[in-house]
Amino acid sequence: MVEQQSSVVSRQSSERNVKINVGNLNVYFGAIHALRNISLEVYKNEILAAIGPANSGKTTFLRCLNRMNDLQPNFRVEGKVLLDGKNVYDTAVDVPFLRRRVGVVFATPTPLPMSVFENIAYGPRRLGTGKRSILEKIVERSLKKAALWDEVKNRLRDSALKLSGGQQQRLCLARALAVEPEVILYDEPCSGLDPISTAKIEETMFELQKDYTQILVTNNTKQAARVSERTAFFLMGELVEIGLTDKIFTAPQDQRTEDYITGRFG
Amino acid sequence: MLFLATLVIFTPIATVLFVLIQRGLPEIRWEFLTQMPRMGMRQGGIFPAIVGTFYLVIGTVAIAMPVGIATAIYLSEYAKETRLKRLIEIAIVNLAGVPSVVYGLFGMGLFVLFLHFGSSILSGALTLAMMSLPVIITSSREALSSVPYSFREASLALGATRWQTVKHAVLPHALPGILTGTVLTIARAAGETAPILFTVAAFYLPKLPHSIFDQCMALPYHLYVITTQVPNVRISLQYGTALVLVGLVLGINLIAVLIRAHIRSQKKW
Repeated sequence: MVEQQSSVVSRQSSERNVKINVGNLNVYFGAIHALRNISLEVYKNEILAAIGPANSGKTTFLRCLNRMNDLQPNFRVEGKVLLDGKNVYDTAVDVPFLRRRVGVVFATPTPLPMSVFENIAYGPRRLGTGKRSILEKIVERSLKKAALWDEVKNRLRDSALKLSGGQQQRLCLARALAVEPEVILYDEPCSGLDPISTAKIEETMFELQKDYTQILVTNNTKQAARVSERTAFFLMGELVEIGLTDKIFTAPQDQRTEDYITGRFG
Repeated sequence: MLFLATLVIFTPIATVLFVLIQRGLPEIRWEFLTQMPRMGMRQGGIFPAIVGTFYLVIGTVAIAMPVGIATAIYLSEYAKETRLKRLIEIAIVNLAGVPSVVYGLFGMGLFVLFLHFGSSILSGALTLAMMSLPVIITSSREALSSVPYSFREASLALGATRWQTVKHAVLPHALPGILTGTVLTIARAAGETAPILFTVAAFYLPKLPHSIFDQCMALPYHLYVITTQVPNVRISLQYGTALVLVGLVLGINLIAVLIRAHIRSQKKW
């Protein structure tokens, strides 16, 4: 795992494609100014971690990337979020299509009350894939990518709610993968999981790195250190610092980052 | 204490049913259910009233269910929290409290006279549907809001459209509750007298309706007529008619109970 990570970091020096470019992003919920002037770039195929205390805006930031915030009442956004150079907040953007390209795994597992198979097939079916043989291939491929296939291949007809918490979370990841996204967002995906399940999710993230751009919001600074190439530190709606994870954790530029990482507040 | 409270609820129902069955059951014969009334309704059966009520129930379901469920879906899943939405919500709550005789008069004014539907099954079903709508909307909204928000979020996050989300991630789980509420409301509508009084019910019409623009007899109104308007009707005939009406309403309620029991056994979250 560690070798994989360092090999990826070494690629850092070469020129990298920018997948997501966020510029002067401001978010308001009514009178609350939830994100203040966030500007950052996310590179293709990297794992970027976003850390920070509760209410720091890291989840709000994540939900801006596939416009899940649109569902909140009184949500207002300024600035730009470019995905492959195109602003996702343009009025012409097809939001369902955007959400297919930018998948998300939520903090609590959210399997739908149907079978394992139907959960994975949910997205493809909405796209019009009705053929059983094609769906079966998609289900198998997605579950394999999420490292869940061996555990559930004989339980595809069972209710997804019978799976353990860790399995449910990987099911949700497989479900997101089934619609072939380019970016995967993780919103504290391991907050309710035991260490073994957490390790499985993290291993899966490394496996997925060659094909996907991944952004991980986490409360667990150790997890950010283990998994990510770069880390962004959010505090009270501001982006305090972003840089290589090694640097953020060993020699942060900002006093506030250091205080948070060393556990002096938060 | 709790037992006493239960007894207070149970006793009247049991008494009513007991008296109805005791005095009405001897009257329930095949001819009573399948023949036209004769001799100024003092003899013969109640067939046209049963058929009329049946048509009215079908018509009410056909009108009130799609409109009511569509309204509930719009208010719960689409409408933004605006002043208009609050106004609509207040209107629905108030409409649920309007006495049924007012619906009857309104139905006569709007459907019978203004729209020239005449005194007909169409007018009656529309009036009953209007009366049922507020309750159907409210119970449907309750069923929709009992579906966890995470289902909607999960579906939308997979790139499903809003309508796909409603159709595949919300409605299937709300439908049993929606059906239960709707069926209970329809059962109430089947037993209503005031709304059909001015809009459809015929005093004495010993033939079956041919189209939705015909008048028809209906059980609640027929019961009212033979108990208060026609002299010298056998008591057992009155109780027999009442038993059929109550049996019909309880039968529809039973369907709702069965649906509910079915949900309980299927509930997955």
